[in-house]
This record gives sequence, C-alpha cells and structure tokens, in this order.
Amino acid sequence: MTESSLDHPDRLWAAAEPKRSYDVVIVGGGGHGLATAYYLAKNHGITNVAVLERGWLAGGNMARNTTIIRSNYLWDESAGIYEHALKLWEGLEDDLGYPLLFSQRGVLNLAHSLQDVRDGVRRVHANRLNGVDAEWLGPEQVKEVCPIVDVSPDVRYPVLGATYQPRAGIAKHDYVAWGFARAAAAYGVDLIENCEVTGLDVRDGRVTGVRTTRGPIAAGRVALCAAGHSSVVAAMAGVALPLQSHPLQALVSELLEPVHPTVVMSNAVHVYVSQAHKGELVMGAGIDAPNSYRQRGAFHVIERQMSAALELFPIFARAHVLRTWGGVVDVTPDASPIVGLTGVDGLYVNCGWGTGGFKATPGVGWCYAHTIAHGEPHPLSAPFSLDRFTTGALVDEHGAAAVAH
Amino acid sequence: MLLIPCPWCGPRDEIEFHYGGQAHVAYPDDPAALSDEEWARYLFFRDNPKGPFAERWSHSAGCRRWFNVVRDTATNEIHAVYRIGEPRPVIA
Ligand SMILES: Cc1cc2nc3c(=O)[nH]c(=O)nc-3n(C[C@H](O)[C@H](O)[C@H](O)COP(=O)(O)OP(=O)(O)OC[C@H]3O[C@@H](n4cnc5c(N)ncnc54)[C@H](O)[C@@H]3O)c2cc1C
Ligand SMILES: [Zn+2]
Repeated sequence: MTESSLDHPDRLWAAAEPKRSYDVVIVGGGGHGLATAYYLAKNHGITNVAVLERGWLAGGNMARNTTIIRSNYLWDESAGIYEHALKLWEGLEDDLGYPLLFSQRGVLNLAHSLQDVRDGVRRVHANRLNGVDAEWLGPEQVKEVCPIVDVSPDVRYPVLGATYQPRAGIAKHDYVAWGFARAAAAYGVDLIENCEVTGLDVRDGRVTGVRTTRGPIAAGRVALCAAGHSSVVAAMAGVALPLQSHPLQALVSELLEPVHPTVVMSNAVHVYVSQAHKGELVMGAGIDAPNSYRQRGAFHVIERQMSAALELFPIFARAHVLRTWGGVVDVTPDASPIVGLTGVDGLYVNCGWGTGGFKATPGVGWCYAHTIAHGEPHPLSAPFSLDRFTTGALVDEHGAAAVAH
Repeated sequence: MLLIPCPWCGPRDEIEFHYGGQAHVAYPDDPAALSDEEWARYLFFRDNPKGPFAERWSHSAGCRRWFNVVRDTATNEIHAVYRIGEPRPVIA
C-alpha cells in the first residue's frame, strides 16, 4: 500500500514490546481501552501507559458492532454521558486528525403501540430537558425521513410514530479504533497485542501489577476494559461484577444502491437497520438468550431479525445476506454500564456497556481517564458506580436500550 | 443452534426452549435479615464463568418442564442434563 494511492501511511503505530512496569496498564485493546489511553495522555499528561490486548487490536466488539451513535436515552445520568460522547464525536475527526466517516444521518425509534407512543413522547420531553435534540414524528413524517419504511395502517404492527434524533448517526468502527490507537501511540503509549492478562497481583488491598502470557508487568494502576470478558478478568482480583456475557449477532446484505438514508430501530418488531457507506444494509437485534463466550450465536436469531426487517421494509424481500457474525457482550441488570472504582486500590473497572457501548467510546474514554488519573469518578460517570446495585440507585435504560444499540 | 437433550423428551433444537439463567440460586431463608450487600448479591449478581455453568432451561414448546443443564460457556458443549431437585453432577 503506498501513501499516494490511498493517502494512508503504511503503519499507524509501532508494535511495542512490554516493559517491566508502567504507571497505568489498560487491560483490553478495544475502542474503550484505546480511547482511555488517548485521553490519559492528552487530558492528564499520563503517557507511561500500556494497552494489553489478548488478540489483535480492536478485534473484539469494536470490530463487530453496527456503529449506531446516539444520545437519546431516558434518564439524566445517561443523557449526561452519552451526550458528552456525542459532542466529542462531533469534533473527533479534527481532534484525532483521522477520517472516521462519522455521518449524522439521524435515528428513528419507531412506536407500534399506544404504550410505545407514550414512552417515546416521554423520552422526547426528557431528552429536550437535557439538551438532547429530539422530536416526535407522526407516521407521515417518518415516511419523509425514511421513505422505505412501511407506514401503512393495515400491517400487523403499524408505525404509530417515532422519536427522531437528527444528530445521531454512524461511523466507521475500525477507523475509530485506528484513529485512537495512532493518536495514543504518538503520545508514547505502548500498544501490545497477543498479550493476555492471566492474573492480577493484589497486595494489602492494592493492585501492583498484572501477569500476562508475555510475562509479569508491574503497574501503579490497572484499568479494566475487557468488555465481554470483564467477569473473568475482575475475578482475578476477587471482584464480582453483576454481568452476564451473551453473544450478540448482526448481519449485512450484499452491496446495494443507497436506499436507506437514516437509522431505524424498532423495539417491538425487534430489529434495527442502517445502510453502511459502502452500501450494505446493516441489521441487528437482541442477544442470544444463553450465556456464552463464543463469538457466534444461533441462526434462528438471525432469521427473526430478517423477518422483523421485512415487516418494516418490504423492499428488502430480495436482498441477500452476505455475512453474519457475533460478539460477546457484557450485560448488566439495568442496561447501564459500570464505570469506576472496584474496592481494590488502584484497580478500576469499565464494563457492562453490553449491546450499546460503541457510541460511548470517546465519552467513556474521557471520563474513565479522569477516574484513573484522579482516583475518583468523573462526575458524568459517577452515577454508574458498582455500588449502585447495593444502594439501589439503578439507572434503568431497558426502554431506551432494548433492541437499541 | 444448540441441540438440548430434554430429560423427558430427548434431544430437541434450542428454538423449542426458554432460557432460565443460573441454576441453584435459592431464595434467601430470611430476606429481612439480609444486609444491603447480601440482598444485592441475591438480586443482581449471578455467576458468569467462562467454562462449565449450571443453568436452567424450560422445554417451553414441548413438555413445558424446567430442568438443569451443565454447559461449557467457552465451547457450548453440554456436559450433563438433570432434573429439578437433583444435585449438580460432578463434571470430571
Ligand atoms: C453485533 C454487535 C453490534 C453492536 N452494535 C452496537 C451499536 O450499533 N452501537 C453501539 O453503541 N454499540 C454496539 N455494540 C456494543 C459495542 O460494540 C461494545 O459496547 C463496545 O465495543 C465495548 O467496548 P470495547 O470496544 O472496548 O470492547 P472490545 O472491542 O470487545 O474490547 C475488549 C477487549 O478486551 C480484550 N480482552 C479480554 N480479556 C482480556 C485479557 N484477559 N487480556 C487482554 N485483553 C483482553 C478483548 O480481546 C477485546 O479486544 C454492538 C456489539 C455487537 C457485538
Ligand atoms: Zn421436554
């Protein structure tokens, strides 16, 4: 690959050899780990940092998600962190100096029952009070935004309206990872692949380092970013997390002419669809029910996604499936993430983003870096502490997060 | 798709079953006596191992009975199937 042909350098970062010790070791080189490393360096001047990845960089859920970005969650706590992320997305290509194909094409969340309508209207009001752009659209307006949605009244689940967030959209997930990786490496962060963390050393209640397949590494602080494997890694320090790991699948069609200008999600019919820049229809829905660490799921789940998509978009009847795949997502009881302290000094946790953490990548990187640098939660991530399951201060986002990602 | 051997009906496709999560989670004997931490453990924390996991399934499109399975979450291999009330088999 020459620089001139694709206007792209041959290497975005240099592979690093593990040093004996770091100020901060980040476990997991997905989007969140890379963004955290970047903001540790940029916002806090902490650059003696390693990101340890058991496979290849951003080969986990970062490589597998369907890239929906939005901030139209119900509760103030969620609006705070997701809207912070969306604002960062809006300046991220300039900040990283890297193209991300960030496209604010809007998202429609369809309502198919009176209860859906009430929930949707309530969410629009809540969003507006939090400064999140949101509108309530009737079926005809839905059709104007996305002409291929079937809004006729005589279908099994008629579209009664939709919430609309114009600033929502999609981005190219790999570019986002590479952009953060390149920028973090430029600050001197070591990105170390094929390096699985197999143990956490804790002495007198304080983390002192990690054991890895490439040898032991001492660390002042350790920040977990292991997504679907968070329970496994946290258990190495005796920390229990209220997570269940499930496969989440998605699929794409072959390349088609541009037909779908926005992102459409439906909790009730249970599918979401957008069209990638290249032309594939990208769709997904809910998790496979049984717990599993296999990055694959059952085909009947894919069949249901497709029949749901056909219900909303009869025009897709002759589209072909090109590819299906799965990732392992870490699901919490309240469909909100866990970001913060663990009870072990110097050990921090970021997990539980489940089916919807791609959109949060810059926002969580920002808040988690602050948490690690200061040893206390950033105000925007403070509500997402592990101890909310004891205090009872849950942030229940099942309504905004159900099929939604 | 998993092929799940119902202890009453024999092997059937996963699509006939409903998942019930971790098995052998007993309701606390005296809920009012629990501390907030203990109550949180009971309500919100379930095991999430990468490896053998004892879990509940219901044959909802068949005999409609609940039963337990030990399945390896790293491979999806089913090691044992047993009826409600029976102890978790020891997996070698
Ligand atoms: C099919 C699918 C569709 C999705 N769609 C959307 C969407 O449209 N919008 C949205 O916002 N979100 C979506 N998500 C969710 C989103 O992908 C995740 O929430 C997010 O990527 C999680 O953060 P991450 O990028 O850091 O995770 P990952 O990329 O999974 O990073 C975690 C990393 O930790 C590594 N790791 C694990 N254990 C160890 C260890 N012991 N040692 C070293 N490294 C380790 C893993 O190999 C992995 O690379 C989707 C997810 C899936 C699977
Ligand atoms: Zn049966």
